[in-house]
Formats: sequence, C-alpha cells, structure tokens
Amino acid sequence: MTDDTRIVIRRVLREHARLPVDVDTLADDTDLFAAGMTSHASVNLMLALEDAFDIEFPDRMLTRGVFDSVSAIAAAVAELSADGAPSAAGGGA
Amino acid sequence: MIRRGRVGATAATSRRDGVVVGIDLMSVAAVEDSIRVHAGRYLRRVYTSRELRDCASAGGAPDARRLAARFAAKEAALKVLRAGDEAVPWQAVGVRADRFGRPTIELTGAARELALSRGVEGLDVSLTHEGPFAAAVVVARVRGER
Repeated sequence: MTDDTRIVIRRVLREHARLPVDVDTLADDTDLFAAGMTSHASVNLMLALEDAFDIEFPDRMLTRGVFDSVSAIAAAVAELSADGAPSAAGGGA
Repeated sequence: MIRRGRVGATAATSRRDGVVVGIDLMSVAAVEDSIRVHAGRYLRRVYTSRELRDCASAGGAPDARRLAARFAAKEAALKVLRAGDEAVPWQAVGVRADRFGRPTIELTGAARELALSRGVEGLDVSLTHEGPFAAAVVVARVRGER
C-alpha cells in the first residue's frame, strides 16, 4: 500500500470520521474508535472510502476491526483493490 | 454516541440473572448529515426497506429523528449481542412495529446467527427522540450466561 493511499485515507478520515482530534496527530496504528470515532461515523467513513477508492466493502468486511486504524483501512483497501477495483482515485469523497 | 467495545461494553451494558441491557444515544444532526452527503447509499446500507418506509415523512423524505432512533436501536442491540468484531451488516438488525404498533427488534442473517450462538432471545426495545438526540434501550434474556 502506497503513501498516497494513506494520504487519501487520512483525508477521508478528516472529512468524514468526525474525530475530536487532529487526524495528523494519530499514528497509523492508533485505534480510531478509542480516539473518538463513533459507529455511525464509521458508516460515513466506509461510504466515503468506497467513493475515494472506487471499491465496495462486502458484508464480511463490515467489522469494527476493518475500520479501527489507518493501517487496518489500508489493508482492507489493498485487499479490495486487488480484487479488481481500480486503485486510489484520490477524490470524490 | 457511546461506543461499543470500550465505554459502551462496560458502562452501558450490564448482565445479571440472564438479562442483558444495551443503550445508545444518537445525534439527529449526524443522520441528517449522512443523508445530505451520501443520500440513498447511506439509507440503503444501514436501514431495512421497512424502516425506510416507516420513517418516511408525509412528503416522502426520510425523517432523520426516527432514523436516528433506529440507528440507536441497532447499536444497542449489537451491544446486547456482544458483536465485538463479528461482521454484522446494519440491516441485519431492524426495527419494526408489532401488531399493536409497538417497536420490536427483528434480527436476520448474521445478527440472528449471533443471537443464537450467544443464547440471546426475547429482545425488547424502547425508542425516543427529543430535540437534537434520539436514544434506544434494548433488553434481552440470555441463556447460560448467568
């Protein structure tokens, strides 16, 4: 997973995750739920990630763990992109 | 919103004598924002078709207050089910009215399987909304978890 992907993920987090802290202060492995992301915000995050990366999260991936850190999200995006979806679109979120 | 797995799992969910309680508080504005930003995709991914029908205003537009109460019910039910990191689509927990018009929880798919595996049965729900917030409480019996 490229640095560009993590940059896009952080942008989506900044715009949709309603975090009470600056995303740039969080490490890639920081627990986003512990940092203040609600379950409802994680829905918005999922939808915005789908827009940004032109992917769709299947039901089997609708777990807390898939969205609980930048690293986890990057791994999920990589998996779904490898399934045939285009890589980071970088916009549209 | 109280989060599952941290504060929510300990402070908002309690177990005693085979009864489990889950509670959740939801911002109506958050639902309004999701509808504004993601529109139909948000509605279709989170709510059942019955919920969308039940929460339509007279003009047909979704009523964010009622949807927020239903989202709170889903979250409260997932606390009761101790979903943790299990994959449970939001639509697998639905709210529908019984023959007396009272809200009830309907579990399908992964949520129903989780309830069976956890010994959770007889879920009951109460919903409310006032001003900027909506809330739900879910109570259930649990077999073999005393």
